[in-house]
Amino acid sequence: MDTLREYFFPKQVSTFAADIDNLFFFIFYSSVVLFAIVVFGMIYLSVKYRLKKDDDIKLTSSKDHSNILEALFFIIPLILVSITFVWGIKSYLKMVIVPDDAIEIKVTGQSWFWTFDYPDGGSTLNELVVPSNTPIKIVLSSKDVLHSFFIPVMRSKMDALPNRYNVMWFDAAQEGVYDIFCTEYCGTGHSQMGAKVVVMKPEQYRTWASELGADDESIPLDELGAKLYTKKACNTCHTLDGTALVGPSYLQTSQMWGKERIFDDGSSTIIDDNYIRSSILEPQTQIVAGYQGVMPTYQGLLNDRELDALIAFLKSLEVDSEI
Amino acid sequence: MGDNQKQNYLTHPKGLMSWLLTLDHKRIGLMYLVSGVIFFLIGGLIALGMRLELAAPGNDFISNETYNNMYTLHGAIMIFLFIIPAIPGALGNILLPLMLGAKDVAFPRLNLASFYLYSLGAVFAVYTIISGGVDTGWTFYTPYSTQSTSNVIPMTIGVFIIGFSSILTGLNFIATVHKMRIPGLTWYKLPLFVWALYGTSLVQITATPVIAITMVLLMLERFLGIGIFDPALGGDPVLYQHFFWFYSHPAVYIMILPAFGIISEIIPVHSRKKIWGYKFIAYSTLSIAFIGFLVWGHHMFTSGQSVFSQIVFSFITYFVGIPTGVKIFSWILTMYKGQVSFTPPMLYALSFLFLFTIGGLTGIFLGAVALDIHLHDSYFVVAHFHYVMQGGTIVAFLGGLHHWWPKSFGKMYNHTIANICAVGVFLGFNGTFFPQFLLGLRGMPRRYATYDSQFVELHSYSSFWSGILGLSIFFAFINLVWSLRKSNTDDPGTNPWGAMTLEWTHTTSPPHPHNFEKDPILEHGPYDYDKVIVEPTYKK
Amino acid sequence: MSNDKSSPKFLQHHFHDVNQQYETAKLGMWAFILTEVLTFGGLFVAYVVFRSWYPEMFVGANLLLDVNKGLLNTIVLITSSLTMALAIWAIQKKNKKLSLIMLVATFIFAFIFLVIKYLEYSHKFEVGQLPGEYYSYMGPEIAHINNPHIFFSIYFIMTGLHGLHVAIGMGLIAWLIYSTAKGNLNSDYYTPMEMVGIFWHLVDLIWIYLFPLFYLI
Repeated sequence: MDTLREYFFPKQVSTFAADIDNLFFFIFYSSVVLFAIVVFGMIYLSVKYRLKKDDDIKLTSSKDHSNILEALFFIIPLILVSITFVWGIKSYLKMVIVPDDAIEIKVTGQSWFWTFDYPDGGSTLNELVVPSNTPIKIVLSSKDVLHSFFIPVMRSKMDALPNRYNVMWFDAAQEGVYDIFCTEYCGTGHSQMGAKVVVMKPEQYRTWASELGADDESIPLDELGAKLYTKKACNTCHTLDGTALVGPSYLQTSQMWGKERIFDDGSSTIIDDNYIRSSILEPQTQIVAGYQGVMPTYQGLLNDRELDALIAFLKSLEVDSEI
Repeated sequence: MGDNQKQNYLTHPKGLMSWLLTLDHKRIGLMYLVSGVIFFLIGGLIALGMRLELAAPGNDFISNETYNNMYTLHGAIMIFLFIIPAIPGALGNILLPLMLGAKDVAFPRLNLASFYLYSLGAVFAVYTIISGGVDTGWTFYTPYSTQSTSNVIPMTIGVFIIGFSSILTGLNFIATVHKMRIPGLTWYKLPLFVWALYGTSLVQITATPVIAITMVLLMLERFLGIGIFDPALGGDPVLYQHFFWFYSHPAVYIMILPAFGIISEIIPVHSRKKIWGYKFIAYSTLSIAFIGFLVWGHHMFTSGQSVFSQIVFSFITYFVGIPTGVKIFSWILTMYKGQVSFTPPMLYALSFLFLFTIGGLTGIFLGAVALDIHLHDSYFVVAHFHYVMQGGTIVAFLGGLHHWWPKSFGKMYNHTIANICAVGVFLGFNGTFFPQFLLGLRGMPRRYATYDSQFVELHSYSSFWSGILGLSIFFAFINLVWSLRKSNTDDPGTNPWGAMTLEWTHTTSPPHPHNFEKDPILEHGPYDYDKVIVEPTYKK
Repeated sequence: MSNDKSSPKFLQHHFHDVNQQYETAKLGMWAFILTEVLTFGGLFVAYVVFRSWYPEMFVGANLLLDVNKGLLNTIVLITSSLTMALAIWAIQKKNKKLSLIMLVATFIFAFIFLVIKYLEYSHKFEVGQLPGEYYSYMGPEIAHINNPHIFFSIYFIMTGLHGLHVAIGMGLIAWLIYSTAKGNLNSDYYTPMEMVGIFWHLVDLIWIYLFPLFYLI
């Protein structure tokens, strides 16, 4: 049974995942039985009563009715669906009633990434960090169109609406890094709108959370830029080693500094500080030839110092290409 | 040769204008059939393109944007240009008056108007395709659809116009069933295909106006920013979902009830046995049509609607499944003590029982709210609806085509090839869509142009088998069309299967332009295989 | 059977007798009325939903509508329903002249309705009480209200759709006038007039709901 569960489902990380998987298996086994009856009945009857080559056509049976059978067709499915319905609702109520001691994290979806804002300040992009064995209340909304926040291992999903808050919660019983997917179509970058949830031990989380709001004013620009490269999720689409992913590699851009870059509409510009700044704040205005225009804007997500830091970091790659 | 080469609806009257301005329901049905199948094949090719792209993760052949346009057009074409109009429009139009002993439908001119409205809507859809496509999904959810730069308006206009076609056809059929039966043909003597069309028509006239007005509101929102669905303008995107699904859930019953009707005809005929539970099947048709209006919220379990709504919608959803289960058991028991022939229509009918049962049972999983949270908008849903719409409706449609082909055209097709294709469809379909249940359980979201490499194995199986499915469907149609060649002397006669409904017992193959030489007189019920023997006019 | 000399000209070939044709037409028309009810019903639902979300906005914004014109339109439409019914009664009584007069009266009333509507609409266009993003009126009556454009959006859509039906009705009535004048419609066969009558009464009924919902409450 366990192997079947592992074959069908992702890990059971949240505290209600097991219950939901069990509900699935109840329906599954009932369905298998009903399905077997249907298939067996159909094959058996069609073969047993088949018209053979030399058979004559004759008048067939008048039997078209059986109170007992009909009652069974009705009552047995009715019992099965009643159990399913009640179980479904009971489990759902557990998923909807948020425990009082939950930590509240604000999740904002926008085309095409997720922002997470933590209770003690600070925010992350595309990486949700939570403590294990603690109820987490997700307050969800969208900045533009509909999105949907789905964590398969938690068996948890909720739509992100603009101008409204939706709530979901989970309690992760196991540490690890797991997938988050957007499950409401939101445009060109919908399939790339994934993120990760990092579940860590509560003490580790506390340390991490306190460092989150740490002052970055004192460290040099290029060092800050290196930190931001991962913190602001640039690494999901841009590499540092020259490999082209969804977007051009930072290394390549750095090596082409001062030279022309061609865009998909035939126009071009010299790669300099201004170009990098506009490519971060208005990425849709100049799409590099050979790439898709899926980069979201970072307008409002980076302050001036952080922008300067990323530019400095990028420039430093060419000089120092073993980061 | 004789009779069917004389005056029949295909040959008389002659000339292009006599077809374009025809009032003959059989010709109108044929025109629906040809158009519908063309769009089915276009929609199918798009799907094969999608599956080719999805065989491996990443953007192999097409960009995200192109993929998003493809999946939207695949859905919109299949649903609005084929499944909803085709069975009532094609088979319904050809057969309904024949089954009732009538000379035509109640309003023949309205019938022609319905066809032209369908064509006009189709023009808008084609325009949308060739002018850059639309990428919102066939569901057009706001606010994305109010903001998307793709061709939303032409597509919504197309849907709006086709909606009218659907309404007028439904209206016509209701009036026909009520008023155009020959004396003695009481409700309980009607073929179950007629009951199915009747139930479908009731849903068509009551639900379709709502999608029409929804599309209008969507267009106005895009043009004028009226502020009804877009939160930036004071509206509510979830309200759109309520409007949309209020129609679109009953729409799926428009899609499946005619298919149920076809199965109810094929199985008794090819088992030469009275149908089991006639009244149950008739009543369950009406109850499904009615209850189907009360469950739309089960498409919105993660939208944030109230807990009360979730409970009510889940509860009623389960009630819709029970009458359907009764039908499946009734169809199977029909074969008991019959004389079953494994003809192409019968193979499709058996295939239907297998595939639709899976589709229906997987709906049970989705109706359980707690479980649906995990499965909503995942490939599990994609697999579920393909099992019911394709494994169900389209397989039944293919069965119906094979069953009534000899009547409509006076020609018989090659049974061996047809049977091979039926098996190919069955295997190809399962291979394509069964892995998708697993994909969904494991967390693969739908409407993804690219995906994480953890999902590649199942996607590759699905893509491989989609090729088999596509080839089988394609050859099934080729085989049918091939039978129409002049040199085909295999004459099925007026009643190749020895069936008992009026279209078989009282018309030529193909039928006379005015259906009957004189008014038929009802001699027995539609499934009286226990009382009367009707000799088949075709022996293999 | 349709070759039979005794069957009337207006009996279509696929019907057995006049009664079957008439009964079928009636059923078809009522089914069509059902579809219209559902179309407008959807819009009424939108009205109810938005009214429950923005009650002050509805109460405030409707002060901007001209109740007098609305009332006049209501009287005009109800009277036109009366003349329509009288037209049918007249033709049953073989009074072709009276029937024509009543039909023309109905047509004129419908036209008056549209004229009054035109006056209302043009005033609104002038002051900027328009749907959606074109809304620009900022008068004192509604200074305290959010999103007044929603009220006007729903107002224009519903009254606009209704007005469209009035216009279509006028076209149908014009056709009836022509047919009756030519003698194609008479005491033996007036089914089309009855069917248009049913449609016209629906158009009237919808307005009877629209008027209080928008103008009075």
